[in-house]
Amino acid sequence: MSGAGLIGFLARRAGKSVVVILAIVVLNFMLIRLAPGDPALVIAGQSGAADEQFVAQLRAQFGLDRPVPEQLWIYVSGVLTGDLGMSHRQQRTVASLILERLPATLLLTGAAFLLAIVAGVAMGAWAARRVGRWGDTIITVLALTFYATPLFWVGLMLVLLFSVQLEWLPSFGMETVGANLTGFAAVADTAKYLLLPAVTLGLFYMAIYARLTRASMLEVADQDFVKTARAKGVPEARVQRAHVLRNALLPVITFAGIQAGQLIGGSILVETVFAWPGIGRLAFDALLQRDYQLLLGVFLCTSIMVIVFNLITDLLYAAVDPRVEVGG
Amino acid sequence: MKGFWRAFARNRGAVLGLLLLLLVIATGLLAPVLFPFSPWDMRGVPFMPPGEMGFLLGSDSLGRDVAAGIAHGATVSLMVGAVSTVAALAIGVSLGALAGYMGGRVDDAVMRFTEFFQTIPSFVFAVVLVAIFTPSLASIVVAIAVVSWPPVTRVVRAEFLSLRTREFVQAAEVLGRSRTAIVFREILPNALSPIIVLASLMVATAILLESSLSFLGLGDPNMMSWGFLIGSGRSVIRLAWWMSVFPGIAIFITVLALNLVGEGLNDALNPRLARQR
Repeated sequence: MSGAGLIGFLARRAGKSVVVILAIVVLNFMLIRLAPGDPALVIAGQSGAADEQFVAQLRAQFGLDRPVPEQLWIYVSGVLTGDLGMSHRQQRTVASLILERLPATLLLTGAAFLLAIVAGVAMGAWAARRVGRWGDTIITVLALTFYATPLFWVGLMLVLLFSVQLEWLPSFGMETVGANLTGFAAVADTAKYLLLPAVTLGLFYMAIYARLTRASMLEVADQDFVKTARAKGVPEARVQRAHVLRNALLPVITFAGIQAGQLIGGSILVETVFAWPGIGRLAFDALLQRDYQLLLGVFLCTSIMVIVFNLITDLLYAAVDPRVEVGG
Repeated sequence: MKGFWRAFARNRGAVLGLLLLLLVIATGLLAPVLFPFSPWDMRGVPFMPPGEMGFLLGSDSLGRDVAAGIAHGATVSLMVGAVSTVAALAIGVSLGALAGYMGGRVDDAVMRFTEFFQTIPSFVFAVVLVAIFTPSLASIVVAIAVVSWPPVTRVVRAEFLSLRTREFVQAAEVLGRSRTAIVFREILPNALSPIIVLASLMVATAILLESSLSFLGLGDPNMMSWGFLIGSGRSVIRLAWWMSVFPGIAIFITVLALNLVGEGLNDALNPRLARQR
């Protein structure tokens, strides 16, 4: 792909993304305004723990005594300069809380996505070669099962099996407390804690990707260019890999992009089950403490994650698809 | 009707799904008879394993009957699923019909709006909505509807785009029928089958969403629900596995049943597509 085309593509997508992010910031503002009761009290949390001084400070910060358009301007310009407000309960800025927790969430969602796509595509490709046999049936049944099972319940059942019954894996947290491990030992330690949450979050998508890969490989295998490749005498293994699989991956990538929001939303549930210290867990704590400013910060952050993820899948699509140039 | 039923029954999974669904509905309807007390009542010793002291599926940390909670929760889950789907259909069908029938700029604007709602992570958005508007049956239903309408809009728009140019619609236009009559009497009835299939799957998704919300503690505080049961069993899973296992199975059965019924409806309503598979 040409460099100039890529830059133009990125610029156009970035422009579109900025509009979407702005719209979400405005949506956040509207949510605070539409909420029942005094917006300042809503932001402070309604449980009555907010003191007068803090509420007065919030009124000044949001300009609640001024006309609505001006309030919107104050809010939007604040968010765009990175000021997501204060978390009253934790006495810290929302931005710093989110940044501190973000790496854990990226690790979890990244691992889950990788697991889902690698295992899913492998299973799908395997099933496509054995249409109508038991392996094929198993994948269809698995997909249907995971589709109907709540994510958090899968997590709890895995805890029940692997932590409570078998005592193989830890059930909550991200590292062994007080172990002070370094280097490889620390990585291995985190991996042990990561396994169950990542599998929980990834299983559902793995089943979906397996079904998609299977269906699209069967479709591609019938097409003329595959027959041509075979007729040319390309070895069968290479036909499967370079011609069939590569083209069959395209719908899987498209679908992965569409489901980015679900994957990231699911991390709230999984992090809650496993006490994984990411932004999902942060959102759960914010819910318990009625810390709405923090909750809205997490909402904005997850939306940005989805947009970035979509951008990555677009680039991936262009890299895999032999026909498409990103410039077009 | 007879042909429809035969096509539906040809899909064995769909028949199984329908039976399971009827079982769940019956459980919900019979809950006041089978368990003629509030699911919040303490009925005996806490943490009793299934089968002991008259607790079919065990008791929870406060001595409440898990089986009673599941039975009473069935009504809540099904009702939330159905009502929020109807609400989402109302939004989705109107926007989709508007975009598909008007075309041009209106179509552009509606589709941008739809795309925006598909970009924001729907579960996080639902959590934010319910939290800010305080958890209640109404806020849960509204939140689920607000995050689930975009696929309906897309499907309805596509149907309207293709049906709008067909002869019977043009005939109605020439006859001078009003726009509302054309949209509701001519086009919509012909676009119903994909909407019905989508709706059955949406009820399933809505039930999953509701259970996730109440698992996080965002359920209606006056309503017993499956997600709430699992949420309250989470911290004591080492002590009382039955508190989280059985409500999860209830959700699984219900959602699976709805998905199977959806596939059966799809086969019956789009026979041409079904044969291709």
